Formats: sequence, structure tokens, C-alpha cells
Amino acid sequence: MEEASTGSDSDYSRSWISWFLSSKGNEYFCEVDEDFILDRFNLTGLNNEVANYPQALDLITDSLDDDIQDELRGSLDVQARLLYGLIHARWIVTARGLTKMLDKYKRADFGRCPRVLCSAQPLLPVGLTDIPYEKSVKLYCGRCEDLYSPKSSRHGSIDGAYFGTTFPHLLFLVYPTLIPSKDGEQATAVGGKDGGAGGDARTRRRLRDEPEAVAAEGGGEGINTASVALKAERYRPRIYGFQVNEIAKLQRWQEAVRDRQIARLEALENKTPT
Amino acid sequence: MASRQKVPAEDPQQAAADEDAASGNGEGDEIMEEAEEQEDGYTSSTPTSTLTWISWFCSLPGHEYFCEVTEDFIEDDFNLTGLNTMVPFWKEAMEMVLDVEPEDEDTSKIPDVSIIESSAEMLYGLVHQRYILTRVGLQAMAEKYEGGVFGTCPRVYCVGCNVVPCGRVDIPGNDTVKLFCPNCNDIFVPPSSRFQGVDGAFFGTTFAHLFFQTYRELSPAPFWKAPSAGGSPLSPRSVSGSNGSRTSPFVNPNPHGGQKRAAGYVYVPRIYGFKVSERAKSGPRMQWLRLRPESPEELDMVDWRGRWINEDDEYDDDDEPEDEDRQMEDFDPDAVDGEDDDDEEEEEEEEGGAGPTMRKMGKEVTASTTAPSAPPSSSPLHSARTSPTTSGAPHSQDEPFIDLSIYTFPSHRQATDTGKVKVLRQWAPRGDWDNAVRTAQV
Ligand SMILES: [Zn+2]
Ligand SMILES: [Zn+2]
Repeated sequence: MEEASTGSDSDYSRSWISWFLSSKGNEYFCEVDEDFILDRFNLTGLNNEVANYPQALDLITDSLDDDIQDELRGSLDVQARLLYGLIHARWIVTARGLTKMLDKYKRADFGRCPRVLCSAQPLLPVGLTDIPYEKSVKLYCGRCEDLYSPKSSRHGSIDGAYFGTTFPHLLFLVYPTLIPSKDGEQATAVGGKDGGAGGDARTRRRLRDEPEAVAAEGGGEGINTASVALKAERYRPRIYGFQVNEIAKLQRWQEAVRDRQIARLEALENKTPT
Repeated sequence: MASRQKVPAEDPQQAAADEDAASGNGEGDEIMEEAEEQEDGYTSSTPTSTLTWISWFCSLPGHEYFCEVTEDFIEDDFNLTGLNTMVPFWKEAMEMVLDVEPEDEDTSKIPDVSIIESSAEMLYGLVHQRYILTRVGLQAMAEKYEGGVFGTCPRVYCVGCNVVPCGRVDIPGNDTVKLFCPNCNDIFVPPSSRFQGVDGAFFGTTFAHLFFQTYRELSPAPFWKAPSAGGSPLSPRSVSGSNGSRTSPFVNPNPHGGQKRAAGYVYVPRIYGFKVSERAKSGPRMQWLRLRPESPEELDMVDWRGRWINEDDEYDDDDEPEDEDRQMEDFDPDAVDGEDDDDEEEEEEEEGGAGPTMRKMGKEVTASTTAPSAPPSSSPLHSARTSPTTSGAPHSQDEPFIDLSIYTFPSHRQATDTGKVKVLRQWAPRGDWDNAVRTAQV
């Protein structure tokens, strides 16, 4: 991150991909294995998406002719980024790609959930569409199962198609033990649930512990997620200590919907023991 | 890349981020912007003579959420009842806040200006907590709210709803300031670390909610109907409803309730275009947290204990009233399961083996996650189905969000598609326009 984009021109010895990955704003991307890029099958259809496709491909694989015209070289950089992004979207839903993104997830490279009751849960990048040029990248929280916008405008302008709609959900499908628990600030006993004195020190300690916690969460093979939603904490607005009528009503309704889903899932489980 | 791409103006979060960036900080990168400027304000400590202490205090980095409490409010002893026990060096702190020359006592008793300063901050914060519950205080905060000073909800489907500062406790020293979003009724950590030094008690637990009780037109209603009337739900026009830009005026029959049209879309996770079934272990479990009923009457179907009224067998979905079902459609991927096997569905593999299994039209397709994996395909329907914010983001490629002049495009989507369809077939053809239309309640 420190080396950032400044060194781009001076450092010709580095590969294009490692230059790209170290550029400021590209922190969400992982490294695509060269083997994956060199297998033409994986690139099927991309020649229709990227102008000057052969040269762009040469550029990201560091095999571009030196005598290429300067004016082409200028625009080629943009096309190379596009090509890398589109390859990246395909790569991160392969077994190898998933593990690479998993490492980044464990380091919280994608940031943490801004929802207070998610206790700084690490996020995963996701697209709202798989088509490029439509929507910028969003962040998915596996705890509240919701989407957030990146805090930084650098990240907010990355094309969501470079990550795709599938990635975070495939990750949790393939690694069900990594599904975050739904509880909020478990450790926070101070002051009860709603008045909860969060305690900054506590939150920070959790932040540090998180990488291990991520891997440790979930219950192994026999996990049952039918009723996990019951553990989720929620914020209850109060005026002078009294719940706000209309919001309380909505929250009761939402919790009734939750309970009905739990009943449905538990019934299902009893019917078909796995 | 960031420098060249343009994000659609509709992306509300973006605007917020930019604004943040413009205000000189805002990178939002925890790593990059730590402490430095936190201290900053205090080192440049003493206010210049022309500025009152209060104006100076409110202009410090990280103090953007505070409004200026009027001096006559502070001078009225009644408003300060009980506070003097909570603030050390009360008298000196008071003098500092009100810019009063200290009376010529022996100043040797006073240990250090910085101690008085922190007392003054505590005093001001506690007074502020009370002031913003008064009519003038609420008014002052409303102006900041309308000016977007507090920022917007980071949640994508709150579509840039403005937030207000709040505390989780009224006693100082417990927790930092948080932001309350009236659309999702949830609280968030401020995006910039410069607010991590601000005590939440200085805003208190009540203010945010009294604020939206007072300004009902700013408070989103608890029900929401997906805009679907007329034409395809895929058309950008129908989508814009979530922004409240439809022609019909919005009315909440409850006069004491929120009078603003809510942004009600709930995220539906998909894998290769298939909704993740709730039967999967990794299936959706939290959508209820953001869900709204379509009509206010549905709120009355749950009693005060949180039980469904008139529901004999809560285990049986099929017996639910028709409108309930429609409402649940997005929420429950299985709801339409039985009625047509055209329904897409995605299930966790149970037979063992490496990859997840997909089932469609009774057939199972194994999605091997080992390379080479077929490319995740894109379908033109896709964006519209998952995205409620498509209002500006076209589903045709005529006006893409990035400046196209730097790219060369196949002249028509048709052309792009031929490239993709080949790839698509490996997964399952997308013959599900109907389905898409039915589920795209955006
Ligand atoms: Zn979360
Ligand atoms: Zn919100």
C-alpha cells in the first residue's frame, strides 16, 4: 500500500500484475494466477469486451512488444485494467481464487461492517451486476447479510463487475464454517443490550482478534443455521427510555417474519434429516 | 482507475464519499487517517479573539455534528440542573465556554488550562445533549440534517438516506457517537475516525428519535410497496420509486408515523443468477431485519407479543393470505417452488464432493469450483433483478456509467451477448424472463 502508484514508471522490473495490485485503490483485488490467465478457455468471450484485446492481454502478462506505438500504449493501460478486472471476476469464483480472497478477508482488506451491532465484521466485495460499466463495487456483510458502500471514493469507483454478483455467496456456500455468527457484541455485558456501553477498548480488542475469530466461527460439519437469527441483536430506538411506537410495531412485525422463517426451516430439518 | 472512471451520479453513497473527501479527510481508510488530526484541533487550542469559544469548538475537526448552543440557554441555570456535579472546575469551565474573563481569584488553584478545557468540553457536551431536545435545538439540527452535515446511511438500499448523530448511552465516557438511519432504523459507526474522539452522550439516546417524531416528513414510513405498476419492472422509471420521485404524493395513514416514502428494497443474494435458497446452510437468515410490509394494515397482523394474529398453524406457509405471499416472494425463495419447476434454485450439495450443486428444472448441474471454471456469466436481466438503484444505471448499454470514449464496444448488445451466451449454457440457460419480472420487485 505504501509503495502505491508512484513507482509505476520507474519500476520496469516488476510485473504488470504486481504493479497493478500495489497501486492505490486496488486493494480489493487479489492476484490472478498466471496459469489461469494463460489458459484461453478461461478468457472465453472477453475479446468482445475489451478493445485491443491481444495487446491488453500481452500487457498484463508482461509480453508486450517494446516497439508498440506510444498512442496505443496510453490507452492500453485502461484496457488492461478492464481485462484484468473481468478475468478477476472469473478467477475469484474458482477454488484457488476463493482461497486467495479468503486470505484477504481474514486480513479484513475489504474493510469492516459499519453497522454497530456487527462488531466490525470483515466485509467481502460484491457486484450488483456482472455486466461491466453499470454499478460500482459494494461490500457484503456475512453477519447482517446486507450491502454497504465502500467508505473511500477510491474504492467506490471500482467497477462491481470485477468482483461479480456471485463471489461472497459462493464463498460461504463452499466454506459454511466461515459463515459469521449472527450475535452482536457478545462480550459486551456492560449496561445491557440497548443502553449497551460499547466500550471502545473492547471494540478495538475485538478488531485485533478478528482474523482468528473469523476462521474459528461456525460449528464445523454439523452446523445448523435454522435458528441463528435469534442471536442477532438489533437497535431499538427510544425516546426518554420509551420505545417509539411505530418503529416498535415494525420491529415486532419483522421479528414475527423472522420467527416464521425459523419455524419453516426447523420443520424442514425435521422432515429431511441430513 | 479511480481517476478515470466515473460513478453514476445516482450512486448516493458516492456523493457522500466525495463530499467527505472534499472536506479534507474522508478517505475513510482506517489505516491512513488515524490520530493525526484528532490531536490537531486541540494543539491549535486557544480560540482567536474574534471567535467565541462555542464557535471555535464547533469548528474543530470531528466536531461537525455539534450545533451551536445559544448562550442564553447556557446562562439559564434551570437548563443546567444536575450538571455541576458531573463537571470538575465547573465555574472555570463555565467561564471558558461563555468567554467570560476569569474573576481575579488566585489562579494558582487551577492546575492547567488543558484540564479546564476538557471540563469545558464536558460541560458543553452535556448542555448540548439537552439543548438539541428543545425546539430551537431541534431546529438547528434540522438545518444541519438538511444540509447533509451528518452524512448518509452506508447501507446501499437506504439509497443515501441522511442520518443523524446519536449516543447509545446518556452518561458520558461510555461510548463514541454513532449515526442513526431512519430508513433502516439501525445505527452505524461514523465513516471517519475523526469522530472516534466524540462522546455519544453529547448527543444522547433520545435526540435522534425525537427528531424524527418532530419532523415526520423526514421519517420514512414503516411499509413499502415495490413499484410495479405499469410496464416492466425492469424499466428504470419504475425503479425510481424507491427514491420517492413518483408523482403520487405519499401518505402514511398513521398521522403520528413517518410521512416519507421508505426505501424498502432488501438485498437478495444470488449465485450465478440463482437466488440462494434459504434451505442452504449459507442461505439468507437476516432479511427480516430490513423487511417492510407492503401496507400499514399488515403491521396489525402481529400482536403486541410479536405473534401472528389469526394464524392457526404458523408452520404452514401455504395457508397464508394471498397478499402475504406476494409480499414474501422476494424474501422466501421457496415460496413459488411448488407451483412451477421453472423456478430457479440453488442448493448446497449434500452428496459430498468438491463443488456446490445446482438444480434447475429438475436437473442437477455441478458447479465445480476448481479451475478452469466457466466464467461467471452476465445476463442483461441480471442487474435489474438485483439492483434497486438502477434508476440511473441503464440496463441497456447506451449510457453506461463509465465514460465510454476510452473503450471500444461492440456496436450492439446483441453482439456482446453472442459471446456470453456460449458461456452461459454451461450453467443453465436463462429462460427465466417471467421469473425475473416476477421477482424483480425493485
Ligand atoms: Zn453487518
Ligand atoms: Zn439505513
